[in-house]
Amino acid sequence: MSAASDRLTIAEFAAPAALEDATRRVRDAGFRPLDALTPWPVEGIEEPLGVEQSPIRWPMLIAAVGVAAFAYALEAWSAILAYPIESGGRPLHSWPVFLLVPFEVGVLAAGLAGFIALLVLCGLPRLNHPLFDWEAIERATDDRYFLLVAAPHREDEERRLRSVLSDLKPLRVRDMPA
Amino acid sequence: MTVASAFDRAPALDEPPVLPRSLDDRTITDLVCAPLMRPAGKRWWIAFVVCSAGTLATVYGVFTLFNVGIGIFGYNTAAVWGFPIANYVWWIGLGNAGTLISSLLVLTRQSWRATISRFAEAMTLFAVSIAGLFPIFHLGRPLYFYWLFPYPDTMQLWPQWRSALVWDFWAILSYLIFSIVFWYVGVLPDLASVRDRSHGTWQKIYGIFALGWRGSARHWRHYHRLQLTLAALATPLVCSVHSIVGLDFAASLMPGWREPIFPPYFVVGAMYSGFALVVLLAATISRALGLQALITMRHFEAMAKIILMSSIVMGLSYLSEYFAAWYAGNPDDRSLVAYEFTGAYSRIYAAMLFCNVVAPQILWLPSMRRSLAVIILVSFAVLAGMWLERILIVWNTLSHTFTPSMDRVFFPTAWDYLFLFGPMFFFSWMFLLFCRLVPVVPMFEAKEVRHQEART
Repeated sequence: MSAASDRLTIAEFAAPAALEDATRRVRDAGFRPLDALTPWPVEGIEEPLGVEQSPIRWPMLIAAVGVAAFAYALEAWSAILAYPIESGGRPLHSWPVFLLVPFEVGVLAAGLAGFIALLVLCGLPRLNHPLFDWEAIERATDDRYFLLVAAPHREDEERRLRSVLSDLKPLRVRDMPA
Repeated sequence: MTVASAFDRAPALDEPPVLPRSLDDRTITDLVCAPLMRPAGKRWWIAFVVCSAGTLATVYGVFTLFNVGIGIFGYNTAAVWGFPIANYVWWIGLGNAGTLISSLLVLTRQSWRATISRFAEAMTLFAVSIAGLFPIFHLGRPLYFYWLFPYPDTMQLWPQWRSALVWDFWAILSYLIFSIVFWYVGVLPDLASVRDRSHGTWQKIYGIFALGWRGSARHWRHYHRLQLTLAALATPLVCSVHSIVGLDFAASLMPGWREPIFPPYFVVGAMYSGFALVVLLAATISRALGLQALITMRHFEAMAKIILMSSIVMGLSYLSEYFAAWYAGNPDDRSLVAYEFTGAYSRIYAAMLFCNVVAPQILWLPSMRRSLAVIILVSFAVLAGMWLERILIVWNTLSHTFTPSMDRVFFPTAWDYLFLFGPMFFFSWMFLLFCRLVPVVPMFEAKEVRHQEART
């Protein structure tokens, strides 16, 4: 069960169900399915691929709370200390109305942080990628479903992987450098 | 699993599928990408030239406004607010529907929304951008608009955080930028689809904007969670934005501008007019781009129901306004209601009630909900009615003062009308470009909906 990942074996399927099935069988045969390329997020492959829950909400939460706290502090400081306005006996620290701006900018900060976190977690932008060398990959954003398996080092293992894959009736199989 | 499916419910047995069974992944990509790949037709160019002319006229209007001042509008000593404020509230309201479709309808598990969400969100971006300009147009000294921003200036002044206008500034700014992020995240996988179909320079341009997206399962996992979280955040954001716009008129002391019901009532009104515009855009886009397979009569029927429901809520809001005036017994509030029905603007008020409350009731009939022509007519009525409502909130209160001798009626000038209709051309101009450059239907969500329906 070698787990070398310097080479990939890629199998192309025409339907999401075939990809789900393939991911499961390849894993059960003792190989390492690394990733899949799909035109839309196929739910059933996450478990056999070992994809875990995304941590993306944490940076969003931290950014939202941080920016909202900063906005509140700025409001309070400027209204109480820097530029106090006595207006009709209203308290200088008008906390109920000071909540509106922190809410708005907090949500904005969460959105921006989420987008940046998406880029960081996915390693994007990465305009070129070794996978793009195979023209067939272009259809991963259209109607084809690709399974990426770590190619084993030993030749007999490699033959076994090929035979497991060919049982699943893929449209094409090929090797690529990872 | 994307937003479309996150909260999916099992469809009822008698419910027809949202998308026709004959659609497969390839057909969806072909259908949606086709308008981007073929040269623009004659009708597109005619529309583009007309909208460009309207946009240039608007730019000229803005130039004149900045050059001459707000005296070009029909303001007088009593009615010191006018079209720009009504336009501002109206455009913001139009913008809200796009976000509601992508957030509220996601959270309430309406899978039909997937195919109309993209252009509804684009509508949001364009409408909010236009809306954000109107408060600046309305300023006597527009060059100082940045004084709303807290920065350490040489005068050592700070914004008045208790002012509804400062809340507006932050609400619009946050909403606009958040909408851009939400929209761009939604469009990212589809830009990759277009990249993989186009050639030459266009492939490079789409490639840059697609950021190298390749549909990896490990990326989809982050993507899906982000999209869902953004949708969950957008719902309170969009409600808060229009509530804050409502507070401009609720946190004041004048009769008609001290109504605690305004924030929720503004949110419903926003959804109402916004859905009317989505109907018009959906009808235009699905015909012009040949996407009837993706935007079906079922979409229009669902939107007709939302419009009908909103019209009932609007009617109840008007009733609660009258009731509050009567029950509170304050003569100023009571005379304002009397002025609405009998004063200078009473005919406009009657037209507003007809458009907003009476006309949509025809949608109770299922046969009317299935007639596109009827839905389109009702949508026009709602858009007009909601604009009349916005202008009447401004006029009725300002023209009806505490001292009857000071009452002044607002007479709009040609410039007022230029600022009312001109931005509509600008909006259409941006929309025409959008239809040619970005896939108007989220392909990956349509594929997902299709596969889920095939499974059940």
